[in-house]
Amino acid sequence: MSDNKQVTRTGPGAEQEQQRAVLPAVDVFEDASGITLLADMPGVPKEQLELKIEDDALLIEGGVQQPTPDGLEAVYAEVRVPRYRRSFTLSRELDTARIDASLKDGVLTLRIPKQAHAQPRRIAVTSG
Amino acid sequence: MYESILNQPYSLFGQFERLRRELDDVFGVSGLPNSIRSVAPGTFPAINVGRTGSSVEIYAFAPGLDASKIDVTLDRGVLRISGERASGIPIDDPKVQVYTRERGAGSFTRAISLPDDVDPAHVNASYRDGVLQVSVARRESAQPKRITVQ
Repeated sequence: MSDNKQVTRTGPGAEQEQQRAVLPAVDVFEDASGITLLADMPGVPKEQLELKIEDDALLIEGGVQQPTPDGLEAVYAEVRVPRYRRSFTLSRELDTARIDASLKDGVLTLRIPKQAHAQPRRIAVTSG
Repeated sequence: MYESILNQPYSLFGQFERLRRELDDVFGVSGLPNSIRSVAPGTFPAINVGRTGSSVEIYAFAPGLDASKIDVTLDRGVLRISGERASGIPIDDPKVQVYTRERGAGSFTRAISLPDDVDPAHVNASYRDGVLQVSVARRESAQPKRITVQ
Protein backbone atom coordinates (compact mmCIF):
# COMPACT_ATOMS: atom_id res chain seq x y z
CA MET A 1 0.00 0.00 0.00
CA SER A 2 2.65 2.46 1.01
CA ASP A 3 4.77 1.37 -1.95
CA ASN A 4 1.99 2.33 -4.30
CA LYS A 5 1.81 5.78 -2.84
CA GLN A 6 5.49 6.29 -3.40
CA VAL A 7 5.21 5.28 -7.00
CA THR A 8 2.44 7.77 -7.65
CA ARG A 9 4.37 10.53 -6.01
CA THR A 10 7.64 10.07 -7.81
CA GLY A 11 6.24 8.94 -11.12
CA PRO A 12 6.47 11.14 -14.19
CA GLY A 13 3.99 13.97 -14.22
CA ALA A 14 3.21 13.62 -10.53
CA GLU A 15 4.81 16.92 -9.76
CA GLN A 16 2.81 18.66 -12.42
CA GLU A 17 -0.41 17.37 -10.99
CA GLN A 18 0.49 18.60 -7.57
CA GLN A 19 1.20 22.18 -8.46
CA ARG A 20 -0.96 24.19 -10.79
CA ALA A 21 0.86 26.61 -13.00
CA VAL A 22 0.13 29.13 -15.71
CA LEU A 23 2.00 29.72 -18.93
CA PRO A 24 4.25 32.75 -18.89
CA ALA A 25 4.05 35.05 -21.91
CA VAL A 26 7.16 34.73 -24.07
CA ASP A 27 8.93 36.34 -26.97
CA VAL A 28 11.11 34.07 -29.08
CA PHE A 29 13.35 35.29 -31.84
CA GLU A 30 16.34 34.06 -33.78
CA ASP A 31 19.37 35.72 -35.28
CA ALA A 32 22.45 34.38 -37.01
CA SER A 33 24.14 33.12 -33.84
CA GLY A 34 21.27 31.75 -31.79
CA ILE A 35 17.80 31.98 -30.33
CA THR A 36 16.71 34.40 -27.62
CA LEU A 37 13.75 33.69 -25.38
CA LEU A 38 12.19 36.29 -23.09
CA ALA A 39 9.64 35.15 -20.53
CA ASP A 40 7.50 37.31 -18.24
CA MET A 41 7.69 35.84 -14.76
CA PRO A 42 6.79 38.68 -12.40
CA GLY A 43 7.23 37.93 -8.71
CA VAL A 44 9.72 35.11 -9.19
CA PRO A 45 12.99 35.58 -7.31
CA LYS A 46 16.16 33.94 -8.57
CA GLU A 47 16.00 31.21 -5.93
CA GLN A 48 12.58 30.10 -7.10
CA LEU A 49 13.49 29.81 -10.74
CA GLU A 50 14.22 26.42 -12.23
CA LEU A 51 15.56 25.71 -15.68
CA LYS A 52 15.86 22.14 -16.84
CA ILE A 53 17.10 20.58 -20.02
CA GLU A 54 16.36 16.97 -20.74
CA ASP A 55 17.43 15.73 -24.15
CA ASP A 56 15.97 18.38 -26.37
CA ALA A 57 13.28 19.63 -23.97
CA LEU A 58 13.71 22.90 -22.14
CA LEU A 59 11.56 23.44 -19.07
CA ILE A 60 11.13 26.82 -17.42
CA GLU A 61 9.47 26.92 -14.04
CA GLY A 62 9.21 29.54 -11.35
CA GLY A 63 7.26 30.16 -8.18
CA VAL A 64 5.95 33.58 -7.20
CA GLN A 65 7.24 34.71 -3.85
CA GLN A 66 6.26 38.10 -2.55
CA PRO A 67 6.85 39.71 0.81
CA THR A 68 3.40 40.06 2.38
CA PRO A 69 2.51 41.83 5.60
CA ASP A 70 1.03 39.83 8.45
CA GLY A 71 -2.68 39.27 8.35
CA LEU A 72 -3.04 40.02 4.65
CA GLU A 73 -6.48 39.15 3.39
CA ALA A 74 -7.09 38.93 -0.36
CA VAL A 75 -9.73 41.29 -1.67
CA TYR A 76 -9.26 40.90 -5.39
CA ALA A 77 -6.92 38.68 -7.37
CA GLU A 78 -6.07 38.39 -11.03
CA VAL A 79 -2.96 36.33 -10.38
CA ARG A 80 -4.43 33.28 -8.70
CA VAL A 81 -1.90 30.61 -9.54
CA PRO A 82 1.48 31.64 -8.13
CA ARG A 83 3.55 29.50 -10.45
CA TYR A 84 4.71 29.67 -14.05
CA ARG A 85 5.65 26.68 -16.14
CA ARG A 86 6.34 26.25 -19.82
CA SER A 87 8.36 23.87 -21.89
CA PHE A 88 9.89 24.05 -25.33
CA THR A 89 11.40 21.54 -27.68
CA LEU A 90 14.81 22.60 -28.84
CA SER A 91 16.36 21.59 -32.10
CA ARG A 92 19.61 19.78 -32.67
CA GLU A 93 21.73 22.64 -33.93
CA LEU A 94 21.31 24.50 -30.66
CA ASP A 95 24.06 24.23 -28.08
CA THR A 96 22.29 23.42 -24.83
CA ALA A 97 25.57 23.37 -22.89
CA ARG A 98 26.13 27.07 -23.46
CA ILE A 99 22.72 28.48 -22.59
CA ASP A 100 22.99 31.81 -20.86
CA ALA A 101 20.18 32.77 -18.48
CA SER A 102 19.47 35.95 -16.57
CA LEU A 103 16.51 37.11 -14.53
CA LYS A 104 15.89 40.81 -14.08
CA ASP A 105 12.75 42.60 -12.92
CA GLY A 106 10.65 39.52 -13.50
CA VAL A 107 11.84 38.93 -17.06
CA LEU A 108 13.81 35.80 -17.80
CA THR A 109 16.22 36.11 -20.72
CA LEU A 110 17.57 32.93 -22.23
CA ARG A 111 20.19 33.00 -24.91
CA ILE A 112 20.58 29.67 -26.68
CA PRO A 113 23.54 29.75 -29.06
CA LYS A 114 23.83 27.60 -32.12
CA GLN A 115 26.46 24.89 -32.23
CA ALA A 116 29.76 26.40 -33.26
CA HIS A 117 30.78 23.28 -35.11
CA ALA A 118 27.47 22.36 -36.61
CA GLN A 119 28.46 20.91 -39.91
CA PRO A 120 26.18 21.26 -42.85
CA ARG A 121 25.06 17.80 -43.74
CA ARG A 122 25.14 16.57 -47.23
CA ILE A 123 22.34 14.29 -48.18
CA ALA A 124 23.17 11.76 -50.80
CA VAL A 125 20.45 10.93 -53.23
CA THR A 126 20.49 7.47 -54.65
CA SER A 127 18.65 6.65 -57.76
CA GLY A 128 16.84 3.46 -58.55
CA MET B 1 -4.16 18.80 -18.26
CA TYR B 2 -7.21 20.68 -19.49
CA GLU B 3 -5.86 23.71 -17.77
CA SER B 4 -2.63 23.68 -19.72
CA ILE B 5 -4.55 23.44 -22.97
CA LEU B 6 -6.77 26.34 -22.00
CA ASN B 7 -3.84 28.45 -20.99
CA GLN B 8 -2.04 28.01 -24.28
CA PRO B 9 -2.16 31.39 -25.96
CA TYR B 10 -3.51 31.36 -29.51
CA SER B 11 -4.42 27.70 -29.30
CA LEU B 12 -7.76 26.45 -30.49
CA PHE B 13 -8.84 25.70 -26.94
CA GLY B 14 -7.67 29.12 -25.86
CA GLN B 15 -9.99 30.57 -28.49
CA PHE B 16 -12.87 28.49 -27.15
CA GLU B 17 -12.12 29.69 -23.68
CA ARG B 18 -12.19 33.27 -24.88
CA LEU B 19 -15.46 32.64 -26.70
CA ARG B 20 -16.94 31.19 -23.54
CA ARG B 21 -15.86 34.25 -21.59
CA GLU B 22 -17.29 36.59 -24.19
CA LEU B 23 -20.59 34.74 -24.14
CA ASP B 24 -20.59 35.03 -20.39
CA ASP B 25 -20.10 38.74 -20.81
CA VAL B 26 -22.91 39.12 -23.34
CA PHE B 27 -25.47 36.99 -21.58
CA GLY B 28 -24.40 38.00 -18.13
CA VAL B 29 -24.00 34.51 -16.75
CA SER B 30 -22.10 35.74 -13.75
CA GLY B 31 -24.44 38.69 -13.24
CA LEU B 32 -22.34 40.14 -10.46
CA PRO B 33 -21.91 43.90 -10.31
CA ASN B 34 -18.61 44.98 -11.76
CA SER B 35 -16.42 47.88 -10.82
CA ILE B 36 -16.87 50.84 -13.17
CA ARG B 37 -13.12 50.77 -13.80
CA SER B 38 -12.80 47.04 -14.34
CA VAL B 39 -10.90 45.93 -17.42
CA ALA B 40 -10.85 42.84 -19.60
CA PRO B 41 -9.08 39.85 -18.09
CA GLY B 42 -5.48 39.61 -19.19
CA THR B 43 -4.92 43.37 -19.22
CA PHE B 44 -1.35 44.37 -18.39
CA PRO B 45 -0.43 44.56 -15.58
CA ALA B 46 -2.37 41.95 -13.61
CA ILE B 47 -3.33 43.25 -10.20
CA ASN B 48 -3.92 41.64 -6.83
CA VAL B 49 -5.32 43.60 -3.92
CA GLY B 50 -5.10 42.64 -0.28
CA ARG B 51 -6.00 44.24 2.99
CA THR B 52 -4.65 44.17 6.50
CA GLY B 53 -5.91 45.94 9.58
CA SER B 54 -3.67 48.92 8.96
CA SER B 55 -3.12 49.06 5.20
CA VAL B 56 -4.33 48.23 1.71
CA GLU B 57 -1.74 46.42 -0.40
CA ILE B 58 -1.80 46.54 -4.19
CA TYR B 59 0.44 44.21 -6.19
CA ALA B 60 0.84 44.99 -9.89
CA PHE B 61 2.55 42.20 -11.85
CA ALA B 62 4.46 44.38 -14.30
CA PRO B 63 7.72 42.73 -15.36
CA GLY B 64 10.49 44.43 -17.29
CA LEU B 65 9.94 48.04 -16.31
CA ASP B 66 12.33 50.76 -15.33
CA ALA B 67 11.40 51.47 -11.70
CA SER B 68 12.16 55.18 -12.05
CA LYS B 69 9.67 55.53 -14.89
CA ILE B 70 6.67 53.94 -13.21
CA ASP B 71 4.10 56.59 -12.45
CA VAL B 72 1.93 56.01 -9.39
CA THR B 73 -0.66 58.61 -8.43
CA LEU B 74 -3.40 58.66 -5.83
CA ASP B 75 -6.14 61.15 -6.48
CA ARG B 76 -9.48 61.23 -4.66
CA GLY B 77 -9.27 57.61 -3.70
CA VAL B 78 -8.28 56.36 -7.17
CA LEU B 79 -4.86 54.82 -7.52
CA ARG B 80 -3.39 55.03 -11.01
CA ILE B 81 -0.40 53.04 -12.16
CA SER B 82 1.04 53.92 -15.54
CA GLY B 83 4.24 53.42 -17.43
CA GLU B 84 5.75 52.18 -20.57
CA ARG B 85 7.36 48.92 -21.45
CA ALA B 86 9.98 48.58 -24.14
CA SER B 87 9.82 45.62 -26.48
CA GLY B 88 12.55 43.07 -25.95
CA ILE B 89 12.61 42.22 -29.64
CA PRO B 90 15.13 44.18 -31.70
CA ILE B 91 13.23 46.11 -34.34
CA ASP B 92 14.26 46.82 -37.91
CA ASP B 93 16.81 44.07 -38.01
CA PRO B 94 16.23 41.99 -41.12
CA LYS B 95 18.37 39.17 -39.76
CA VAL B 96 16.11 38.65 -36.76
CA GLN B 97 13.25 36.26 -37.23
CA VAL B 98 10.49 36.48 -34.65
CA TYR B 99 8.62 33.28 -33.82
CA THR B 100 6.54 34.19 -30.80
CA ARG B 101 5.43 37.62 -29.70
CA GLU B 102 3.22 37.36 -26.62
CA ARG B 103 4.76 39.92 -24.32
CA GLY B 104 3.08 43.24 -24.81
CA ALA B 105 4.99 46.47 -25.26
CA GLY B 106 4.01 50.10 -25.15
CA SER B 107 2.33 52.33 -22.62
CA PHE B 108 -0.20 51.11 -20.10
CA THR B 109 -2.32 52.50 -17.33
CA ARG B 110 -4.55 50.94 -14.71
CA ALA B 111 -6.81 52.54 -12.16
CA ILE B 112 -8.08 51.05 -8.93
CA SER B 113 -10.58 52.71 -6.64
CA LEU B 114 -9.54 52.32 -3.04
CA PRO B 115 -11.80 52.14 -0.02
CA ASP B 116 -12.83 55.42 1.63
CA ASP B 117 -10.76 54.88 4.74
CA VAL B 118 -7.31 55.11 3.11
CA ASP B 119 -4.86 57.79 4.16
CA PRO B 120 -3.33 59.40 1.02
CA ALA B 121 -0.52 60.88 3.10
CA HIS B 122 0.95 57.44 3.80
CA VAL B 123 1.68 55.64 0.55
CA ASN B 124 4.71 53.47 -0.15
CA ALA B 125 5.62 51.96 -3.49
CA SER B 126 8.39 49.49 -4.24
CA TYR B 127 9.37 47.52 -7.32
CA ARG B 128 10.87 44.09 -6.86
CA ASP B 129 11.23 41.10 -9.17
CA GLY B 130 8.88 42.74 -11.64
CA VAL B 131 6.10 43.35 -9.12
CA LEU B 132 5.10 46.83 -8.07
CA GLN B 133 3.80 46.84 -4.53
CA VAL B 134 1.87 49.88 -3.37
CA SER B 135 1.01 50.03 0.29
CA VAL B 136 -1.58 52.60 1.35
CA ALA B 137 -2.17 53.11 5.05
CA ARG B 138 -5.71 53.10 6.42
CA ARG B 139 -6.84 55.88 8.70
CA GLU B 140 -6.39 55.38 12.39
CA SER B 141 -10.12 55.75 12.97
CA ALA B 142 -10.83 52.88 10.56
CA GLN B 143 -8.52 50.42 12.27
CA PRO B 144 -10.01 47.74 14.42
CA LYS B 145 -10.06 48.61 18.08
CA ARG B 146 -10.59 46.56 21.15
CA ILE B 147 -13.29 48.03 23.27
CA THR B 148 -13.08 47.47 26.96
CA VAL B 149 -16.30 46.46 28.58
CA GLN B 150 -16.97 48.58 31.63
